[in-house]
Amino acid sequence: MAHDEQSPQPLLAVRDLNIAFVHPGGETAITRDVSFTVGAGERVGVVGESGCGKTVTGLSLLGLLPKRTARVRGEILFQGRDLLKMPARELRRLRGREISMIFQEPMSALDPVFTIGEQLCETLRAHYPVSRKEARERAIAALEEVGIPSPHLRLDDYPYQFSGGMRQRVMIAMALICRPKLVIADEPTTALDVTVQAQIIDLLRELSDTTGTALLFITHDLGVVAETCSRLLTMYAGEVVESAPVDTVLRRPAHPYSSGLLRSLPGLSERGGRLPSIPGRVPAPDNMPAGCRFQARCPHAADGCEQGQSLRTLEADRLARCWRSAELTLPGAVTP
Amino acid sequence: MSNRVKQRMVAARLLQALPILVLATFIVFCLMQLIPGDVAVTLAGENASMERIEQIREAYGLNQPFLVQYGQWLGHAVRGELGASLLSGEPVAQTIARTFPNTLLIAVYAVLLSVLVGVPLGILAATRSGSPLDSTIMGAASLGVAVPNFWFGMILVLFLALGLQWFPATGFVSPTEDFSGALWYATLPALALCTNGIAEVARQLRGSLVEIQSSQHVRTLHAKGLSPARILWKHGLKNVSVNLLTVIGLLFNKILAATVVVEAVFAIPGIGSSIVNAVLQGDFPVVQGAVLAMVVTVILVNLCTDLACTVLDPRIHA
Repeated sequence: MAHDEQSPQPLLAVRDLNIAFVHPGGETAITRDVSFTVGAGERVGVVGESGCGKTVTGLSLLGLLPKRTARVRGEILFQGRDLLKMPARELRRLRGREISMIFQEPMSALDPVFTIGEQLCETLRAHYPVSRKEARERAIAALEEVGIPSPHLRLDDYPYQFSGGMRQRVMIAMALICRPKLVIADEPTTALDVTVQAQIIDLLRELSDTTGTALLFITHDLGVVAETCSRLLTMYAGEVVESAPVDTVLRRPAHPYSSGLLRSLPGLSERGGRLPSIPGRVPAPDNMPAGCRFQARCPHAADGCEQGQSLRTLEADRLARCWRSAELTLPGAVTP
Repeated sequence: MSNRVKQRMVAARLLQALPILVLATFIVFCLMQLIPGDVAVTLAGENASMERIEQIREAYGLNQPFLVQYGQWLGHAVRGELGASLLSGEPVAQTIARTFPNTLLIAVYAVLLSVLVGVPLGILAATRSGSPLDSTIMGAASLGVAVPNFWFGMILVLFLALGLQWFPATGFVSPTEDFSGALWYATLPALALCTNGIAEVARQLRGSLVEIQSSQHVRTLHAKGLSPARILWKHGLKNVSVNLLTVIGLLFNKILAATVVVEAVFAIPGIGSSIVNAVLQGDFPVVQGAVLAMVVTVILVNLCTDLACTVLDPRIHA
């Protein structure tokens, strides 16, 4: 699964993405200079606490943020074309066909007054000139693919007739029906039962393997990323603080925040002891400290952290936003 | 939902309507007792002797306790006999048949105008929410909700009837005799009645459309690459249709009640004005019969609305 990072043109390249929300009192910056890439077929995990800007980043990729209040600056290059400069009509042609999205709440993400068959077919027919009959057959195949039993019967059911896990399967079928190159999954299992979570994750990984679809997996569950993704982006307070292959991060994280997240994972840390946690809270978006945004909570803070931090390259595919990362040896989740 | 379930639902709803009918007529009957004046004195005429008045009371059963009077009326009503006017002697059923179509015509006319104007305005405001156009439409709608319809009716008479002479100021043609003439005469009363309706429909539709458009499942539709027009006309409208239908059902009932006043302004021989006259004269069989007709209409409208909602939203069960 390791993908060539240096390939000439990644599928998705986000550069210096700054998202802010305007309100009567001014502007509140949510993300600052977020940059990352996703290669074709690659699975990238984005982790971070609630409010770190990961969902907003995901929504901005498809232009789904409210137009009136969101200010998005930077570049979102998809196959070399900037989505932020693309006319609305063209962007619409990409949505659902080249890039699609799976949302957190399967209970409210489907239209309650249309059958799931209709909702699957209309996605296909919005992008391809297929007949009703053919669309229906493709919809049945799509439901079969995500493991919904007797799909030809369930096609005419309404969303309320499905359980949460089954609805998320329908969402996945809908996201994949046009065979997109990139799927953004925004906490796709958070709202589900624990037993169902594992099934949905396995399904996503399997389908991404068989269809060659790249996956941007937004979650706060590091365990999921460890199982599914090849690369991990850690976000903190609107910034990417670390980007590295999953195997590397698990063993030796380069940013104290990633290390803190990994050490607070139950099961992966030492048994018997008290589960470590990160003290303090994320600073509010309109009250960010100068310099490193994590310094107030960081056990390794020192003189120099009040300076602005840039994303430094440690090795070819390892980046961290910490000036001390070269000198620190931080504990991960897996002891080498 | 299967037809069987639907039939059972309709039957249950009609059964539930019976106590409502009894209660409504009983309350109106009680209220009639509180009104000053004595129908027996009116019937006997001026300067009648006490004995004559007493005789009349005896003849019409007016000297009985009022519960007994109500019981007798109910007993007859159950058998389909609504009695006759104490004053004119016209059978109540005939009065209803003569006046109710007139009232229904202006009520239905007003509801149609409310929907035909209110729905486009609501959609326009919702699709441009936050714009000056939206503020203008919603401002006008707030005004429309606040304006009393009898006052607006008089303004309409002043300008459109007396000033421009486009429509007749008062009077009525029965829809059963001359439908187009009836429409012409009914236009001003319907206009007076529909201002509140237009405002109500536009406000409610805009509100629910704006809410739906910011919902998570509409975000999914955008993410699927559907065009904004398709999202509005296919998904938006079907999602708000239950709301809209409920508003229209309630609006019909409200307008039916408001005809009482508007009929007086335009001198229309509708069921509203017969109720007013009968109340003033203490002619209780007419009042009871007319109220019964109105309540039955309201119950039927509500039932139809609910049935239509079960068709539009699969989650609603009986």
